[in-house]
Amino acid sequence: MDFDLTEDQSLLADSVRKMFADGYGFEQRKAYIKSAEGWSTAMWAQYAELGLLGLPFAEADGGFGGGLTDTCLIAEQMGKALALEPWFSTVVLGGGFLRRASAEMRRELVPQVAAGECKLAFAQVERQSRYDLFDVATTAKREGAGWVITGRKGMVLHGDSADRFFVTARHAGGQRDHGGIGVFMVEAKHATARGFRTVDGGRAAEVEFDKAPAILLAEDGLPMVEAVVAEAIAALAFEAVGCMDIAHAMTLDYMKTRQQFGKPISSFQALQHRAADMLVALEQARSMSFFAVQAASDNDANERRAGASAVKVQIGRSARLVGQQSIQLHGGIAMTMEYACGHYFKRLTMNDSLFGDADHHIKALADDGGLVKAA
Amino acid sequence: MDLNFSAEEIAFRHEVRAFIDASLPAATRAWLVAGKSPTKAMVVEWQKILNAKGWAVPEWPVQWGGPGWSAAQKYIFREELQMAPAPSPLGFNVNMCGPVIIAFGTEAQKQRFLPRMANLDDWWCQGFSEPGAGSDLAGLKCRAVRDGNEWVINGQKTWTTLAQHADWIFLLCRTNPEAKKQEGISFILCPMNLPGITVRPIITIEGGHEVNEVFFDDVRVPVENLVGEENKGWDCAKYLLGNERFGQARVGASRERIRRLKIIARESMDGGRPLIEDPDFRRQMTEIEVELKALEMTVMRVIAQDMKRADSKPNPATSVLKIKGTEIQQGVSEMLMKAAGPYAWVDGDPDEEGSNEWDLAPDWAFGLAGTYFNWRKQSIYGGSNEIQRNIMAKAFLGL
Repeated sequence: MDFDLTEDQSLLADSVRKMFADGYGFEQRKAYIKSAEGWSTAMWAQYAELGLLGLPFAEADGGFGGGLTDTCLIAEQMGKALALEPWFSTVVLGGGFLRRASAEMRRELVPQVAAGECKLAFAQVERQSRYDLFDVATTAKREGAGWVITGRKGMVLHGDSADRFFVTARHAGGQRDHGGIGVFMVEAKHATARGFRTVDGGRAAEVEFDKAPAILLAEDGLPMVEAVVAEAIAALAFEAVGCMDIAHAMTLDYMKTRQQFGKPISSFQALQHRAADMLVALEQARSMSFFAVQAASDNDANERRAGASAVKVQIGRSARLVGQQSIQLHGGIAMTMEYACGHYFKRLTMNDSLFGDADHHIKALADDGGLVKAA
Repeated sequence: MDLNFSAEEIAFRHEVRAFIDASLPAATRAWLVAGKSPTKAMVVEWQKILNAKGWAVPEWPVQWGGPGWSAAQKYIFREELQMAPAPSPLGFNVNMCGPVIIAFGTEAQKQRFLPRMANLDDWWCQGFSEPGAGSDLAGLKCRAVRDGNEWVINGQKTWTTLAQHADWIFLLCRTNPEAKKQEGISFILCPMNLPGITVRPIITIEGGHEVNEVFFDDVRVPVENLVGEENKGWDCAKYLLGNERFGQARVGASRERIRRLKIIARESMDGGRPLIEDPDFRRQMTEIEVELKALEMTVMRVIAQDMKRADSKPNPATSVLKIKGTEIQQGVSEMLMKAAGPYAWVDGDPDEEGSNEWDLAPDWAFGLAGTYFNWRKQSIYGGSNEIQRNIMAKAFLGL
């Protein structure tokens, strides 16, 4: 048992931290949001240069052979910087599918992804699906030697800049059947993406497929989707811990400087205890983020699902407490667009609801019998 | 980063579990499964079994009978005891007074007290709290005055847990009333059978006799019963209180109680169906299970840090252990009581004379409410959870 980072991991985290320290000031980020892409192409080039985009892929495919822990360490720094670039959609989600794709597809796409030339997105959410990965109405039909996909996917993260989509589509069974869901890859030129800004300052798109030619990755695709999502949940947990760390630290700093009734508000015990409760929530979340890496690597699909749900519950509960209280303890200043704290709160709020919020997952976990097995 | 136990640690867990299965008296285990506190005889019998195996004092150095375990092994041992469930070695002896004597005592004190502590030949209790010194422990007033070769002790201690069983008490006494409050305190050992000592029971809200008031009226002990230096007792107290970094997390104990809850919730009916099928009940239970998993990982983090750097400065994660550990235990005790529905109203103990011969309630319902009431103490003792937040604000948040 060892929670310390290896030397390589420390170096990785440090270099990402340094990259963001130079390129991600509050005003810089604001400018990125206002740019045509809604994120920084210059930063994206730096991600590629630093090796972040090829990290989790096998060396034989043109990647750097990194593990989930490496991905999570990057995610934590992304959280601290509130980074806007399509790293999560390309490397964690898209990369999760690409790593499980055919050798042919990996050979073609991994080098492009690693170089920053190919951006990926995961098209999964539908109007009726809410958080159920298996609720899929988009259809896939065989046509000739290949497949075509028809349907609409919503809230596709960075769908407006993606070059390739990984898409869930149904080739058999009813809309909520667990079987009959395929995972496909569709080139962006075969889809219509309508991009928009998300509440946290990021980008997403409504993506329409109309008999779009598609390449099949998995015919019984739900297990693949769940495996990729479990990894994504681990990365999201680290990202949330990064956001919480900063929100908490900003709050402590502010408490020490803000004077009321002739003294710093940090001298008031009611506020001290609130800050202590934030620390408890933060540390419980940090602990759970480690468990997330372990759970995502579990070979037993039921254990993995239960673990991922438990992670979403703890991270969601902690993020809500830390996020809301960081605003409350600051007072009015944190309500303004010009102050960073509120942006962390917004990202934490959206992070909770990605791939199912805490309420969704507590229900799922409770229905599956929880974590502690009765004798 | 490697978050799994090693093969050796897993083998160690199996060894501990097998030993407990083979050696723990069945009556003791059944008693604890029913949610009752072990009797003095049960604790003594079990600790002597552990001591014969060399496992009674995991925290002590090998020289004084410790098994030389790593932090991970100690954790595994503690957790297996809690999950069995089996009584833990008596904390006053092995986690509190013993380590203080090892760190601050004379060679003669070590020789005299430690072996008997490990074997529970002497039952110790803790004389810290006073009516006017609770959270503000350093405000204690119990006096010890030097008279020739003796200390003469006058004053009152309270909340003294299991003093009714004790052969000895370790005391914080004021030896210099002129000094700043932390600087005039000494750590003194006192037999409980001396003239001038009166033990008066305090019955807690559930009806149990666990704690006591202890009065000292011109009680005389020899000067060699002082541990460490005169007026330096606060150092001993701080060492003692800081020593117990994991004890209050009690992850294994909570896991055992959640298992029990799941069994009871299968038998208890709600709306014509077993309670375990009620989504709202399940959800509340699962919320606690998730918190417990996070707490378990927090404990692991603290252990891993301890294994790397034995003298490392406190980890902010340690402050989570008391607050979350007690909140979870209190939460489970409340759910256990609620699971029994109206049958939680039955008072007392089914083994007491005549109490369940008429089958007044399912056997498992007895004591659930009592434990719920009793466990409200957990967020009060050992530095109340509010004091924990004060400590966090000062030590980790710089407020």
